[in-house]
Amino acid sequence: MKGVRHYPGFLAMAVGCLVILYAPLIVVTIYSFNDSASITTWGGFSWRWYADVFTGPEAPRFKAAAWNSITIAMLAATTATAIAIAAAVAMVRGGRFRGKSATFALINLPLMVPEIVTAVACLIFFSTIGLTTGYMTILIAHITFCIPFAYLPIAARLTGIEDVYEQAARDLYATRAQAFRLILLPLMLPGILSGFLLAFIISLDDFIITNFVKGAGMETLPTAIFGSVKQGIKPNIMAISTMMLAVSVLFVTLSYLANRIGQRTRS
Amino acid sequence: MSTAIDIRNVVKRYGLTTALHGISLTIADNEFFTLLGPSGCGKTTLLRCIAGFEDVSEGDIQLFGQNIAGLEPNQRPVNTVFQQYALFPHMSVVDNVAFGLKMKGVGPEDRRRRAGKMLEMVHLSAFADRMPAQLSGGQQQRVALARALAPEPKVLLLDEPLSALDLKLRQAMRVELKSLQEETGITFIFVTHDQEEALTMSDRIAVMSQGHVQQVGTARDIYEAPVNRFVADFIGETNLLDVTVESVSGGQARVILPGGHVILCPTTGDGLGRHLVSIRPERLSIVADGDLDVLVERVVYLGTDLQLLTRLPGGEEFHVRLQNSARTQPPAPGNRVSLHLEEGAARLLSD
Repeated sequence: MKGVRHYPGFLAMAVGCLVILYAPLIVVTIYSFNDSASITTWGGFSWRWYADVFTGPEAPRFKAAAWNSITIAMLAATTATAIAIAAAVAMVRGGRFRGKSATFALINLPLMVPEIVTAVACLIFFSTIGLTTGYMTILIAHITFCIPFAYLPIAARLTGIEDVYEQAARDLYATRAQAFRLILLPLMLPGILSGFLLAFIISLDDFIITNFVKGAGMETLPTAIFGSVKQGIKPNIMAISTMMLAVSVLFVTLSYLANRIGQRTRS
Repeated sequence: MSTAIDIRNVVKRYGLTTALHGISLTIADNEFFTLLGPSGCGKTTLLRCIAGFEDVSEGDIQLFGQNIAGLEPNQRPVNTVFQQYALFPHMSVVDNVAFGLKMKGVGPEDRRRRAGKMLEMVHLSAFADRMPAQLSGGQQQRVALARALAPEPKVLLLDEPLSALDLKLRQAMRVELKSLQEETGITFIFVTHDQEEALTMSDRIAVMSQGHVQQVGTARDIYEAPVNRFVADFIGETNLLDVTVESVSGGQARVILPGGHVILCPTTGDGLGRHLVSIRPERLSIVADGDLDVLVERVVYLGTDLQLLTRLPGGEEFHVRLQNSARTQPPAPGNRVSLHLEEGAARLLSD
């Protein structure tokens, strides 16, 4: 059989898709090193906009926002991962129980519900229960939508681990808790790492939900960037974007590697 | 001899299907006991009930006089060698072997020493610091064995541990397993579907099918004196013939074979009429004037043996095995030969 590469127009289609996907990213990355203050004309290579991000007039705002983003991502990913581990063990090792498919749907609901709906729902919910919007509400919302991203790789990993290892541990005088801690958890680790990193990056770059529930004066990096852009795009935004892109690529790569290493140790 | 395991009327149900129908077995201390049967006969389920991975639906299991129903697997002084070995992939060989001791609260020095001794016993001392994935199948199997023996269980359960090995290794491991059992003095309960494995290693064998124990006895008992059709058919090769018992006297039944030959069979009952008889093909020899005449159809060369595919005068297929020695003169296909039945070659079966 001929490969997909031999279909007429394959090359043009592929190049077209790649350009549409990546051209904006490449432009932003290149222009973040532009020496000129214009965002369209090239004025030579320079690090000045990176320096501007850290020392310029907007630096304090960006630093505070970055700090919020990173701590929220850290806390949200950690909490979501813990919940996802418990959910995965229940779903994969719990046998058959009533409402299993419903539970699965519930865990993964945030993936399917349009983000704007979750955003509005969260805002209404927080104001109904009288919770003032701020750091805490962002954190709660982030934990919610991070759970499926942490859950999927963890559950996939756990499905691939035969339950005979836990049985062997139990047979060798380990309690349930010991069998989980000493055998299952280490075997799940690649999936857990992958899930955590994915949740972290999803939290880090969330805009829509964060923007709804952040409250006044509270900014994360994406909302801070958006705020800046409203007053006109300056090249320092491109520098921030490029840095976020680098962090994202790094984390997604790590997540992928964690999964691959896991697959190798399993066989 | 004291009793290691007393299984009383154990029933196991999964929803509407019943995997074990009231199993009762008594296994002596220090015995090499085998549960033998085809897949799906319930042998592994019974093993898992003893290990504690399954609860019994009815009946109980006693271990050295103690009822172990309701005890978690980690509370039972039995260890298991799993079919897939189940070595912990993230732990070195020696840590795997020491795991049970660690869980039992043995100190690090003691367990290191004891694990070392177990590895010595299975000839793997040089591999102590390797990871399981770096070992061959046969080596992993021996680590699994050392790991299960290290905490000195009262009973060792082995769930088809040799089925993943190739033939040569399997044969070597049979000898090793048997001598390990004698060395350690631990009761072994061995599950297999391989009759040769069962016959060569076991002190006693329980033949199981469809959730019932069909027969319990030594290898010789179940081979020489199968109680029913299933056992006769499952263990070794046999000719099963529908026969008529004409008369019984002095523990000997006069049996009419299909085709009209009459032979004498030892029997414990006194039932007349239609029965089943099992005749082992290797208990026959070609003589000038024997007990029955058959027509040779084919001669199959099996290496150590020659197999004759023949027919009785009534048309039934009848297999004969002759040892392949220099003196053996196989008859040519198409010829009639006369066969002599050795003592005990024919057995009347209960069903």
